[in-house]
Amino acid sequence: MIDSPEERGKSEISFTVNGERKFLFAFPMERLLDVLRQQLGLTGVKEGCGEGECGSCSVLMDGTLVNSCLVPVLQAEGASIVTIEGLADGTRMHKLQRAFLECGGAQCGICTPGMILAACHLLSKKPVPTLAEIQEGLSGNLCRCTGYVQIFDAVARAAQAGTPPSSLMRPE
Amino acid sequence: MRSDPREYELVAPGNLQAVVTLLAESPGAWLPIAGGTDIMVLYGAGNLPARKLVSIWNFPELRHIEVLGNEIRIGAACTYTDIREHKIIAREFPMLAQAAGWTGGIANQNRGTLGGNIVNASPAADSLPALLAYDAELILVSVRGERRLAYAGFHTGYKKTRLAPDELIQSICLPRRFAGYVSHARKVGSRNAQAISKVCIAALARVEEETVEEIHIAVGSVAPVPLRLVETEGIVSGKIVDESLVLLARKTAAAEIRPIDDIRSKAKYRAAVAANLVAEFLHLLNGSKHA
Repeated sequence: MIDSPEERGKSEISFTVNGERKFLFAFPMERLLDVLRQQLGLTGVKEGCGEGECGSCSVLMDGTLVNSCLVPVLQAEGASIVTIEGLADGTRMHKLQRAFLECGGAQCGICTPGMILAACHLLSKKPVPTLAEIQEGLSGNLCRCTGYVQIFDAVARAAQAGTPPSSLMRPE
Repeated sequence: MRSDPREYELVAPGNLQAVVTLLAESPGAWLPIAGGTDIMVLYGAGNLPARKLVSIWNFPELRHIEVLGNEIRIGAACTYTDIREHKIIAREFPMLAQAAGWTGGIANQNRGTLGGNIVNASPAADSLPALLAYDAELILVSVRGERRLAYAGFHTGYKKTRLAPDELIQSICLPRRFAGYVSHARKVGSRNAQAISKVCIAALARVEEETVEEIHIAVGSVAPVPLRLVETEGIVSGKIVDESLVLLARKTAAAEIRPIDDIRSKAKYRAAVAANLVAEFLHLLNGSKHA
């Protein structure tokens, strides 16, 4: 089916992104990160380090947090993927997005999509995490702006859907 | 320089039998890839020599933890998260659960696998000292059948293993006999999450009436392969821990390891830390007699 030289070697791959079924052609070793950004235009998925250290490219794959820079797209076949673009309900922000906004958890914004998805994954496993659990849950996501405290505040606020007493929020 | 995906082949035959058949057809030609947390890093940097890869990600037959009466068998493609969340591993093999918890961040724990950690064969791998301390055995599979061998000795040199080109690790077996042992694992690195160890230790012992009846000490990042400190074990075994024994153990451990200078640390620092970690464990045993 694919005859042109630049297309040869591509596979047809299908997965769900933010609830929508996608069918596309890609080289099997293309990084999920690149396919999401370039073919599907989901530029909320950021590339930081490209080696699984910084977490900027985090997405949820079948409910599990993964670094999309380390996933060959063929391994996403049949998966259900959620990116930052899929969290809000129409114009209504996800509670984590709102909490990041309210707590000043985002500055330059590069780490923010990954942070929010890592937090989302954490809350799916531990709905009311301790500070240590928040720190661990986000330990694979690097932020060079905020100093993390506002990010931890935001996750705690989203979890409790209220303002945490700031005395609880100092790092141990 | 980034890799060009057009130059790479990746196939996903979908089950173990098909993969071992493929490996047997042209031994050494295909590189199995599970969660990709090592392979994709090389690929991303343009440093992956293999051009043909075969996916073993998420095979149910490799992602199962089987609890038998005398051992547990961890499927080679079980992730660190699978290991951390397993109650019997947490209870009976706490050093493995701990090592799984300090390997990478959560996203890497969700993809990185125990079998991958073994075949990647980094001397700095976090989970490998625990496997050595727990006397792990490996079940390897190929079209020729299964074979079982001790994990100790699996690594024959830096990044070299006894795995044949047509074989995969199927499972990692841990004998269920360490529940009553004192154990201690520690990673020394620049940062807990993500950072790779400068030195890591997994040690366990059985102490009866103050005497160390059995002791296993395994250390990572101090030699081309993860190392059991058999000489140090030998001088401690059968003895009561006192300060002179700790001193001798420090010296023996320092002589037994072969650390190097690299990007993460210096040989001198590693030797000092390894000796300190051995001493820390022995002091724990010393204290445990009062427990």
